[in-house]
Amino acid sequence: MHPLRTFAVFTALGFRRFSAYRLATAAGAFTNTVFGLIKASITVGVIGAAGGELAGYDALTGATYAWLTQAIIAPVQIFAWDELAQRIRTGDIAVDLARPVDLQMTYLAGDLGRAAFQVLPRGLPPLVAGALVTGLALPHTALPYLLGALALLLGVVVSFLCRWLVNIAAFWLVELRGLMTLYVVSVGAFSGVLIPVHWFPSWLASVAAASPFPSMVQTPVDLLMGRVEGAPALRLLAVQVLWVLMIGVAGRVALRRGVRTVVVQGG
Amino acid sequence: MTEQPIIEAEGLCRDFTVRTPLGRFRRAKRTVHAVADLTFSVAHGAAVGYIGANGAGKSTTIKMLTGILVPTAGTVRTCGLEPHRRRKELARQIGVVFGQRSQLWWDLPLRESYRALAAVHDLDPARARARLGELVDRLDLASFLDTPVRQLSLGQRIRGEIAAALLHSPRLLVLDEPTIGLDVLSKERLRVFLVEERAAHGTSLLLTTHDMDDVQRLTERVLVVDKGRMAFDGTLTGLVDVVGAQRVMVVDLVEACPGLDQVAGTELVGVEAGGLRQRLAFTPGRTTAAQVLAAVAERAVVRDLAIEEPDIEDVVRKLYLAR
Repeated sequence: MHPLRTFAVFTALGFRRFSAYRLATAAGAFTNTVFGLIKASITVGVIGAAGGELAGYDALTGATYAWLTQAIIAPVQIFAWDELAQRIRTGDIAVDLARPVDLQMTYLAGDLGRAAFQVLPRGLPPLVAGALVTGLALPHTALPYLLGALALLLGVVVSFLCRWLVNIAAFWLVELRGLMTLYVVSVGAFSGVLIPVHWFPSWLASVAAASPFPSMVQTPVDLLMGRVEGAPALRLLAVQVLWVLMIGVAGRVALRRGVRTVVVQGG
Repeated sequence: MTEQPIIEAEGLCRDFTVRTPLGRFRRAKRTVHAVADLTFSVAHGAAVGYIGANGAGKSTTIKMLTGILVPTAGTVRTCGLEPHRRRKELARQIGVVFGQRSQLWWDLPLRESYRALAAVHDLDPARARARLGELVDRLDLASFLDTPVRQLSLGQRIRGEIAAALLHSPRLLVLDEPTIGLDVLSKERLRVFLVEERAAHGTSLLLTTHDMDDVQRLTERVLVVDKGRMAFDGTLTGLVDVVGAQRVMVVDLVEACPGLDQVAGTELVGVEAGGLRQRLAFTPGRTTAAQVLAAVAERAVVRDLAIEEPDIEDVVRKLYLAR
């Protein structure tokens, strides 16, 4: 009972923390939509130049892909996040450690609350724009949405756990900007946020497939669009769960090592 | 019934490795003994002041006592538990305030932090409500419970922090520089609250501070740490006996008057501005500022006054020389 109660309260707090910043949310949604327009135009142009179809995407599904990725990048949080690293660096982590809670779980709860808040205000504007500008090719049955929602949830968790691991490095590295930039660039390149991973040459596609990044964006979008269904869809979900377990455990071990061996900074 | 000590430290050590650059690529490693061989114990229900200069090892000790930092050597037990192995269990029994850090949710109304902490400590909702009501009342939080924490004044925030540390009625309250930066009135209100809280609940208290007034008002025993080692363990009066740490009352008088010597329990240490400003040194524990002021007021009209505290650095330095 108790861990669940704590998790629920931290999720609610994460939601409320982000709902406090309305203007930032509106600005973010606007930016997502503008970039959605640019990406959809480029995608449609590329597909046109390739003869109207590229790796299974025609103009409409290509544009839909572009708009959908724009709709989920805020909840999935593909950008730099260094709140935890800052707390480690300033020593505020001591406050977190003085609580009778599992640190990774409470941070995950807070991040899920953030994502839950952002789904609609950051997701709907790009989709509405997409429906008006290019039209959207969305499935007409319920199942893809269900699987897609599950994949989106897992995508948020994978993203959080990766960011957690990068942030925990602050126990050892005073300067985290290099690692953070490498991480953000990797997410940009391999998650499917710029172009579908299906467009990669096979060697690059296998690099992406060996990383957790497609689980963040490509998988939820593939399932939401109904591009992958049935057993292959379940296999993609299983891959996401596998990443959650592996990166999650790595993050727990890293935290324990960090707390054991490294100084809590400052007085 | 003899209860086990609330804190028990034996031969406690903590080293840090500090790397300093030597030119572009090479770095020198140096080991700093932040805490070296501390042995002390604090009885259940006691109130102890833990003082020392900046960098003396106070915060390092507190982090080891609360399980945030692993000792390099030695043993420590807080509430009968080994802190870093049973950190979460221990966290249910202690309340900690790091004066310079916040445990409140910065961008949400203060009230939300208490809701979260009630869940964190798995408090029964009815009991949590009653306890919060009590704390809100006595710490006077009602007027800003719905204000986002980031908009609180320092004094309001610290009161909020203390309430947060006490919501789960801990057996031990650890305050790391709680009054730093507070004005005289806020400090005083906080002290009154803490005295009442301890009287009502028997909470043990460990307090680090730079303020000798905190030590005097809130604790019955003083530990002085210097360069990671225990330099003194005893009462404040005992400490003053060793180092003669006196406070100085500076009084500005309406009319100049001859030196105010022979004020009971004080020593006249300065007469300035032709007698308009006079400095009287007195020893806390032998007399009080109020008594001194009353004695002065019988002989002259006081326009303004200030009290100069003995500097902790100074106390520690004298302690070092006295040994």
